[in-house]
Amino acid sequence: MKLLEDIVVVDFSQFLSGPSAGLTLADMGANVIKIEKPETGDICRHLYVSDVILDEDSSIFHAINRNKKSYMADLKNRFDIKKIYKLIEKADIVIHNFRPGVMERLGFSYHILKSINPSLIYGSISGYGEGEVWKHLPGQDLLLQSVTGATALTGNKEDQPTPMGVAIIDMLAGAHLAQGILAMLYQRSMTEEGGTVQVSMFESALDLQFEGLTCFLNDGHELPRRSAINGAHPYVGAPYGIYKTADDYIAIAMADIVHLGKVMNCSALQRFTDNSEWYFRRDEIKQELAMALLHKTTREWLEILEPAGFWCSGVLNYQQLRKEESYQELEMEMVVKNSNGIEVTTTRSPYRVDGELLLSNIGAPLLGEHNKEIDEQFDLNAEK
Amino acid sequence: MEFCQYLAGPSMGLRLADLGARVIKIEKPGAGDPSRRMSIKNLWADENSLLFHTINRNKESFAADLKNPEDLETVKSLIKKADVVTHSFRPGVMEKLGLDYTTVRRLNEKIIYLEISGYGKKGPWRNKPGQDLLLQSLSGLAYTSGNHQDGPVPIGISVVDVFCGVQGAQVILGALVRRQKTGIGAFLEISLFESAISMQFELLTTFYNQTGAMKRSSINNGSPLLGAPYGIYKTADGFIALAMMDLNMLQTAIGKSILNGYEIKDAFSHRDEIKKAIADELLTQSSDYWMDRLLSHHLWSSKVLNWQEMYSQKAYTDLQMEQWLKLKSGKQFLTTRSPIRLNQQVHNSHIPAPGLGDHTDIIKQDLLMQDL
Repeated sequence: MKLLEDIVVVDFSQFLSGPSAGLTLADMGANVIKIEKPETGDICRHLYVSDVILDEDSSIFHAINRNKKSYMADLKNRFDIKKIYKLIEKADIVIHNFRPGVMERLGFSYHILKSINPSLIYGSISGYGEGEVWKHLPGQDLLLQSVTGATALTGNKEDQPTPMGVAIIDMLAGAHLAQGILAMLYQRSMTEEGGTVQVSMFESALDLQFEGLTCFLNDGHELPRRSAINGAHPYVGAPYGIYKTADDYIAIAMADIVHLGKVMNCSALQRFTDNSEWYFRRDEIKQELAMALLHKTTREWLEILEPAGFWCSGVLNYQQLRKEESYQELEMEMVVKNSNGIEVTTTRSPYRVDGELLLSNIGAPLLGEHNKEIDEQFDLNAEK
Repeated sequence: MEFCQYLAGPSMGLRLADLGARVIKIEKPGAGDPSRRMSIKNLWADENSLLFHTINRNKESFAADLKNPEDLETVKSLIKKADVVTHSFRPGVMEKLGLDYTTVRRLNEKIIYLEISGYGKKGPWRNKPGQDLLLQSLSGLAYTSGNHQDGPVPIGISVVDVFCGVQGAQVILGALVRRQKTGIGAFLEISLFESAISMQFELLTTFYNQTGAMKRSSINNGSPLLGAPYGIYKTADGFIALAMMDLNMLQTAIGKSILNGYEIKDAFSHRDEIKKAIADELLTQSSDYWMDRLLSHHLWSSKVLNWQEMYSQKAYTDLQMEQWLKLKSGKQFLTTRSPIRLNQQVHNSHIPAPGLGDHTDIIKQDLLMQDL
């Protein structure tokens, strides 16, 4: 039996944060129904997101919304609103990521929905929480990285602020929402009571940085300092970083510098015998290491360093990754098909449950594709 | 019961603890979780680093030598009473100890058992160290940040560990929901590698279905996936971030052509040339000047703040994201709280990380008294 068999999710959210929570719940077996606006639908279908368009929708939309259903409804039309109320009456979970106040204006506040369905779990993601000052600002991944200091952690000292190239804040906010929803589902199974789950991208971005922020909060508010060269983590000493070799790159994690110097036959590194210097003099150490590593290929270095127990690896781009046996053995790719027969290769859920991968070949829904099915299944047309 | 060390597994335990679970770290006597002795900037809370407290607050510690038959028996009696077991040993270790899922399930049929590995159990990398920087390097993640000519640029946070911990907590909670309904436990597996890949699912899906390679911008890269202007730009006195937006609107807001001779439809194919023109123009005025114009046109943009600048914002203070950890010695430290609000309430906990084996006796007593 699937983890979330028989669980119904009514998902009003758009873009990545909320929909990524919906995707996790769908992969665990929930019936996730996207509520989409007529004509445009989830703005992620079209808006600025990728120049790879598959069957009229962006590649990203397909990745985020596979394994879900689409119910088209105009939330300003009272007939449609009535139907959605009826759907919610039979649902377990509602998700939205509108800005604070929008769901209330549309008539979908927790207060109203609770009167329709007392055991409902109502999950929301905002950009900045409900505090007055920033609540009207757009909650977008790059902007959240920018206002929370996260862009000061990647890259080198002289680089300008460097954002993380994946929308990690969106995904974490979605995952935190899913955690809260699942915890409440568990609680509901004992108490029969629903409730609200709120996360904000702001809090999720801070949570991501909890190690560094805790340091900042207790050391007199000193800012993180990136390495001058081969920056990889502002709080970690040499050799931690990615280095150029004779033919490519190599990553070396935490290591004993003197031992590393011996194994590499590099006397310059062996001078750094005081391990407290490995953080404070990391730029000098990294400079020596960077020069030494240029003399052999990545493979040659790995053959020397790995048997000696060092934590190191090659550095792969997507083409190289896809050729690796370990990647192929993982069976991370999965082909999904939408109802127009368009096939999209995407990644699967990261879990194995009871030894089985959580696979699904159901592609992203066409806009409003499941209206009829859902009307019938939940008896939404009947007069009440 | 948490048999995990470092960050991925313990951050998962931390979330479950903040959601109300009683989390017991099972640690080796005399040593314990190695992150007890790993400090950032030499910051120590007591005999443990501040970092250890950050990740392991609100938990208990049970010291047991799993190679000692007597200790192993106690751990097994504890497992009989537990709901969840998590471990992050390399493949084979728990089997040797007789604490693998098949054995544990015989002790407790309803157990939810989660294994975190570095790279899964098959394939030539299965015994490689599951360390964040290596995972970033091997999964393609190091080619997503920074500019094209920079070479690989790792993300300066242990982002794979964190994401894996978050995903692990999700699946444990999903299994608890099922157990409540059906009475059956679950065997759950996840790896840092799968988390690192799934974190890049937007990029990878785009990559799988296009012909060319995935390429970062040569200037002001924000995401390899996105067209102009997505990225961070220098102004006369600081930096601002521009997210997805209509280039026409951006031109109106800037009050000048920024297309460098290209057209709107070239936002992807000529993003670097267009970004260059935008970058040149934004350098001429202050961040405040531009933010006024951008926000009045409802464009998705913001100033770039460091932690000190963020800290002085009312929006940050209003969040009440900080909480005190109160040590036995009376010392106090600030850390961040759980990001999840349930029924409008934030969850605060002032309980610091446990000393090694702090709860061994009381847990043994509870076991004897059948009080667990």
